[in-house]
Amino acid sequence: MTDFGIKRFGGYVPRLRLDRAHIAAAHKWMAPGLKAQAKGSRAFMSWDEDPVTMAVEAARDCLDGRNGEGIAALHLASTSLPFSDLQHSSLVASALRLPAGIASLDIGFSQRAGTSGLLQALKAGEEALFIASDAPLGKPASTQEMAYGAGAAALLLGSEQVVARLVGSGSVTAPFVDHFRAAGERYDYYWEERWIRDEGYAKIAPVAIRAALAQVGIEMDAITHFVMPPIQRGAADALAKKVGFAGKVAPGLEDGVGYAGTAHSLLMLVNVLENALPGERILLVGFGQGADALVFEVTDAIATAKPRRGVSGAIAAGEATDSYLRMLSFADGIELEWGMRSEKNGKTALTEQYRSSQQIAGLVAGKCGSCGTIQFPQLEYCVNPECNAPKGKFEPCSLVDEPARVLTYTSDWLSYHPAPPLYVGFVQFDNGARILMEMVDVGSEGLEIGLPVQMVYRIKERDRARGYNRYFWKATPAGVGA
Amino acid sequence: MATGIKDKVAILGMGCSRFGERWDANSSQLMAEAFDEALADAGIERKQIEAGWYGSAMDNVNVGNSAIPASTALRLDGIPFSRMENMCATGTEALRGAAYAVASGAVDFAVAIGAEKLKDTGYGGLPSPFKGTFNDMWLPMGSAPAGFAQLAAGYRVKHGVSKEDLKRAIGHVSWKSHQNGVHSPKAHLRKAVSMDAILNAPMIAEPLGLFDCCGVSDGAACAIVTTPEIARALGKKDLVTIKAIQISISSGIESQMNTWDGSHVRNTRNAAARAYAEAGITDPRAQLGLMEVHDCFSITELVTMEDLFVSNDGRAVNDVLDGVYDASGAVPCQIDGGLKCFGHPIGASGLRMAYEVYNQLLGRAGERQLKDPSIGLTHNLGGVPYQGVAAVSILGLG
Repeated sequence: MTDFGIKRFGGYVPRLRLDRAHIAAAHKWMAPGLKAQAKGSRAFMSWDEDPVTMAVEAARDCLDGRNGEGIAALHLASTSLPFSDLQHSSLVASALRLPAGIASLDIGFSQRAGTSGLLQALKAGEEALFIASDAPLGKPASTQEMAYGAGAAALLLGSEQVVARLVGSGSVTAPFVDHFRAAGERYDYYWEERWIRDEGYAKIAPVAIRAALAQVGIEMDAITHFVMPPIQRGAADALAKKVGFAGKVAPGLEDGVGYAGTAHSLLMLVNVLENALPGERILLVGFGQGADALVFEVTDAIATAKPRRGVSGAIAAGEATDSYLRMLSFADGIELEWGMRSEKNGKTALTEQYRSSQQIAGLVAGKCGSCGTIQFPQLEYCVNPECNAPKGKFEPCSLVDEPARVLTYTSDWLSYHPAPPLYVGFVQFDNGARILMEMVDVGSEGLEIGLPVQMVYRIKERDRARGYNRYFWKATPAGVGA
Repeated sequence: MATGIKDKVAILGMGCSRFGERWDANSSQLMAEAFDEALADAGIERKQIEAGWYGSAMDNVNVGNSAIPASTALRLDGIPFSRMENMCATGTEALRGAAYAVASGAVDFAVAIGAEKLKDTGYGGLPSPFKGTFNDMWLPMGSAPAGFAQLAAGYRVKHGVSKEDLKRAIGHVSWKSHQNGVHSPKAHLRKAVSMDAILNAPMIAEPLGLFDCCGVSDGAACAIVTTPEIARALGKKDLVTIKAIQISISSGIESQMNTWDGSHVRNTRNAAARAYAEAGITDPRAQLGLMEVHDCFSITELVTMEDLFVSNDGRAVNDVLDGVYDASGAVPCQIDGGLKCFGHPIGASGLRMAYEVYNQLLGRAGERQLKDPSIGLTHNLGGVPYQGVAAVSILGLG
């Protein structure tokens, strides 16, 4: 029993969906058996999303406009982060405008990193933001391509106003290699599912679960929610039965999300917390080279800590697409002819990036101390011709959560863009600031002048020659799925 | 007290290469075509030229930076020769440099030459520009049509025009220029096009279709300027003199403050107001005999009619559809085909416009000659409507 637990929670799922029937249809000529799996839809990332951008969005959903004051550490768990040597949590922290004085750490290397990292962060006993964000890649025509999805979950941990207290845990470590992905490889190499089910889930997970229950001093019937990711179809139900859980197994989010790797346990947890009641106990299971089991007890504070939109909102915001090749192209699974216009140099001046990191990463405008004009970017002098005061008088003012509308827009079919057309136009913020921005996830409704938009953190430029992603904010129709 | 340059500079000679997809010519050859014609027209020797301004906008696909490619191409040795680059206003900026040199009394003869070789890229349209290391961090990577297409959205909402009516009006803008281009021997596109073809063309940037976008062309144009006194002493009878050249450039107001409504171009209005004041024009619609404006996109020309104060605000759609700017209209616009059909080799375009006005004023425009124009206007718009540079020049007889 600890006083430590989850204070706030949030999640993110990319808006784009593809019915699995489209994937199966694309592979029907060589893998007709995939049709048996072709149920529901899976989420996939747009070309400008990755686990970093999803992590930022999940954290924003969790913090819901709070500035992160008091956070001492940021942890990011994933096995599909874009860099091998560059701390992604530093990028996430800068986008969230967290204080520079925090500790930060990336963790991964196993599907269990989500629960193992969470357990470590909880045991550390300091206020922390824990994010798991993942988009595992399935090889075309594989079972994984059908089952996998993408998403991120964020949990604010601490000891005050806790909504779900950690009351016990158990872990098992075992050299059980159900699948692996060698460094530098794109896809997982999987062993037979039946062996994984019988020797893995059925034998390893119960040990951790029993240890956790013993630590709390309760029996299985004291658990309300059984949260175990559906790494295989039916695996969670089978395990629940095996360990004697008679209640309702938490929704696996197979439809609308798909298996989201290290993030999946926590996505399911967030989804459960959205409707959890005080006094309920949640058993959270993570699997991968062993297993973790965490038991949480929901407190009265649950009524006051709602995410901005939550996992359920993100699922509701799904936008159906109909092209398997689009999903494949966004994941670099196929090389298309983009024409000579795509031959541009995407090099980032790292010096300039660092100089401007505050305003760029956090979309921080300056509010002129002399005339009050809010302006982005912040240059050397105030833009107001009646003022032109030096920027020494500017107050930082992030536009990330500022209400805004479309002032002008167009859909550009000429520019090279990985998801044509490029929607671009001026965004007018209610506070007076104005920025020319890319507009994304426009959806079937399209754009119109005056349409409310909100900011989303995305990849600005993918420098394929050097493998460097540069990030910035884009606008998207507001309130979708809210 | 500054007095401006009205009547202080005469155009002694002008030349213009054939515009188009000049697979046969590089920048040097295009410059020589324009320069030979201008020098012959001026009636002076190459060695008499004392200063030069070379306009080229895209060093990355052209001949590189500095004015050395021009001074070498034209074998103009040892004189001050500068490269001018200010996006699509480059050609007019080159003319401004040469005109100011003469007006100041620093030199007697100066040359302005603009050239652009755009068809060595391997694809249609303009190459995407480098926006700078800082702007690259946040500015979207939209194309030129995407920048101007947004004017359509802003204009439509400001003036309550339907999408269909606006599409028809900008379609007429291009239709008229194609009609005019037929009579322009040096123009890139010399074929009339039906309204149906224009309205149903593939979309480039909503609502701009293919025919709403100007040609991307190779070409060069050249002016040799001197004082009116010297021009007369050289035996020139009909003189075309510069009445005004004005430039206006953005400082971020449109793109960073909430005052601009997206429906017009502030820079054009600023430059036009100052140019009219410099030239002494009080009623442009009545006084201007012709206009060569920056119709990079059809919507740009439509909005420009209001920005130049020739159409009243909100009236350009009607004026365009009523034929006010057609060859037979009250204020013929793009009588040589404009950027749309004559072509748009960026660094040359301002000088190409001046070339047409110059020839029209002197009665040398052949089958597209207008009846006795005495004053004409050129207009360039560089960059995008919300972050750019506008140039307005006024040329007149006498």
